Amino acid sequence: MNQASFTHLRALESESVHIIREVAAEFDRPVLLFSGGKDSIVMLRLAEKAFWPAKLPFPLMHVDTGHNFPEVLDYRDRRVAEIGARLVVVSVQDSIDAGRVAEEKGPRASRNRLQTTTLLDGITEHGFDAVFGGARRDEEKARAKERVFSFRDEFGQWDPKNQRPELWSLYNGRHQKGEHIRVFPLSNWTELDIWQYIAQENIEIPSIYFSHQRDVFKRDGMWLSTSPFITQMENEHAVPMTVRYRTVGDMSCTGAVESAAATLDEIISEVAASRITERGATRADDRASETAMEDRKRQGYF
Amino acid sequence: MSEPVTELLRFATAGSVDDGKSTLIGRLLCDTKSIFEDQLAAVERTSKQRGDEYVNLALLTDGLRAEREQGITIDVAYRYFATPKRKFIIADTPGHIQYTRNMVTGASTADLALVLIDARKGILEQSRRHAFLASLLRIPHMVLCVNKMDLVGYSQEVFENIKQEFREFARKLEVADLTFIPISALNGDNVVDRSKNMPWYEGTSLLHHLEEVHIASDRNLIDARFPVQYVVRPISGAHHDFRGYAGTVAGGMFKPGDSVVVLPSGFESRVRSIETFDGARDQAVPSDSVVITLEDEIDVSRGDMICRPHNRPTVGQDIEAMVCWLGDHTKLAAGNKYAIKHTTKWARAIVNDVRYRLDINSLHRDESADTLSLNEIGRIKLRTTAPLLYDEYRRNRTTGSFLLVDEATNNTVAAGMIL
Repeated sequence: MNQASFTHLRALESESVHIIREVAAEFDRPVLLFSGGKDSIVMLRLAEKAFWPAKLPFPLMHVDTGHNFPEVLDYRDRRVAEIGARLVVVSVQDSIDAGRVAEEKGPRASRNRLQTTTLLDGITEHGFDAVFGGARRDEEKARAKERVFSFRDEFGQWDPKNQRPELWSLYNGRHQKGEHIRVFPLSNWTELDIWQYIAQENIEIPSIYFSHQRDVFKRDGMWLSTSPFITQMENEHAVPMTVRYRTVGDMSCTGAVESAAATLDEIISEVAASRITERGATRADDRASETAMEDRKRQGYF
Repeated sequence: MSEPVTELLRFATAGSVDDGKSTLIGRLLCDTKSIFEDQLAAVERTSKQRGDEYVNLALLTDGLRAEREQGITIDVAYRYFATPKRKFIIADTPGHIQYTRNMVTGASTADLALVLIDARKGILEQSRRHAFLASLLRIPHMVLCVNKMDLVGYSQEVFENIKQEFREFARKLEVADLTFIPISALNGDNVVDRSKNMPWYEGTSLLHHLEEVHIASDRNLIDARFPVQYVVRPISGAHHDFRGYAGTVAGGMFKPGDSVVVLPSGFESRVRSIETFDGARDQAVPSDSVVITLEDEIDVSRGDMICRPHNRPTVGQDIEAMVCWLGDHTKLAAGNKYAIKHTTKWARAIVNDVRYRLDINSLHRDESADTLSLNEIGRIKLRTTAPLLYDEYRRNRTTGSFLLVDEATNNTVAAGMIL
């Protein structure tokens, strides 16, 4: 018996590929959300595997807050060109200009919440009926209970109390016109699985995941990078530090962690030994309240 | 770096807070360093605010607002932990609310069921229900943890009596592999390490059992089944003539050169190759997602099944099945029509008959029943609009299971297991 076929990564990969193929077979217009973050990078690799030697039968979509890490945007465009995929970019700036949303004010202003409108408008405009997201159940407690095929009504809302039972590997993606399904192929992956897989597959990732020098300042216990998108308050002094990112999101609300991990093996060791969850360490957006993620998700967030 | 060689084990737990289930899971997570400090701090903070006497680890995954407000678990929660040997996925199902629906959902993919019994109370109706559902869903391994042994003086007699009584009951069920472990989740006896308090117990600790239980042979390696999921036809010069059938092996093994038949058409051919992004493989086994190419150009599409000419699934439109009704506001009754999803195929189905409703506590069959409501289980007869390619659920959990979907609401309303 081929021992390699029993590794947990092989099992997770197979499950995800199965899910991605189900979607391609049963939906008219799927789209894969691609931010250039590690989870969407793994999801994209799994999608490549699902249809090889054919190309992806669906486009990618990036919800662009305009507050991106330049290294990540650069990576996104390189990767998209490499696999010859079609990329749809929907932009929060466009939503602001069109008067669909209003920019938050003050030093803590973030475009995190505004993304939901941009995302939902993008889904409607392009008529997408299945939207792949890279969320994992281990990363946040509201996500721990979300289905792999997660139904969204015509307002893009999630109703956590009224989810479809999900059994075996039988997925029910039936929906009416105007409704859609969010699909999470990485539901059963953990942060450590993601890193082990990136190392095993030798997948390129944006440089900011590795240790580097950066000017950062402390806010609410998190190291935020100086950037044109964030206003430092009076007592927030930037210092140069050796950091890396555990998650990649909007520059205005994603924190860096102090780290000397410069290789994938070092990152894996660091993640395995970490005593704080990735979102706890690096996301201001989840700190608003106990149920901040659920509240955003109900409205249609990722 | 070396490739990780840990296996994946999925297990389902059931029970209420009183059984010490949260304590047990909490201990497994803590002792394998799978709870993070910020998670623990948040749980401690919330427990304190609510005036709980102890840190309620259920709060780790009771993340939904309604759950936190009402202090109950509404839904199956998935938790993850790993040891150097295995990665574990726990489907933790709540004890009271929507019990059957959640347990059936969690059990559907589990390799192992963990049933907790309070040593002071012995086998309760609830324990029997857990065990029955685990056997109905054909979970291959069951572990009965007799918990709170510290409260009965670590008595071997108490443990042996419970074991005896449960074995008696389990004879009516089909449980392939049954293991009994005396534990104290609170004190950690026999959870991670073997307990010094029960020298009479000769077995292993729970974690050791979870790491070692042999699951590789649970898969059906005899009946080759490959439900075609998607046809891969690249429109590019390099792979101009490529035509492959993507899917996940649902049983048996496939190798290049194997003679195969495609159902329902009945066309025969041979496997030319088993392709993946990472290169061709010399075989595919259950759960492998691969692409199969055939020697001959024949018409194959989604919903078809590739199998061996001398080992075919049943092809039929009249199905006898056990179903668990999951619908909130509707009932199953003869004459009702539903959409049915079986492997990679959708069809429509009409309920011809409700044979009986099963009382899951007494296992009594009520043959006068003509409906099934939420959380009820019964045997029914269905007729489908198109032939299904199926095996008995007891022989194959993939080709023997189906969903019924309400065509008006698109909700999943029943889980079915073919007899």
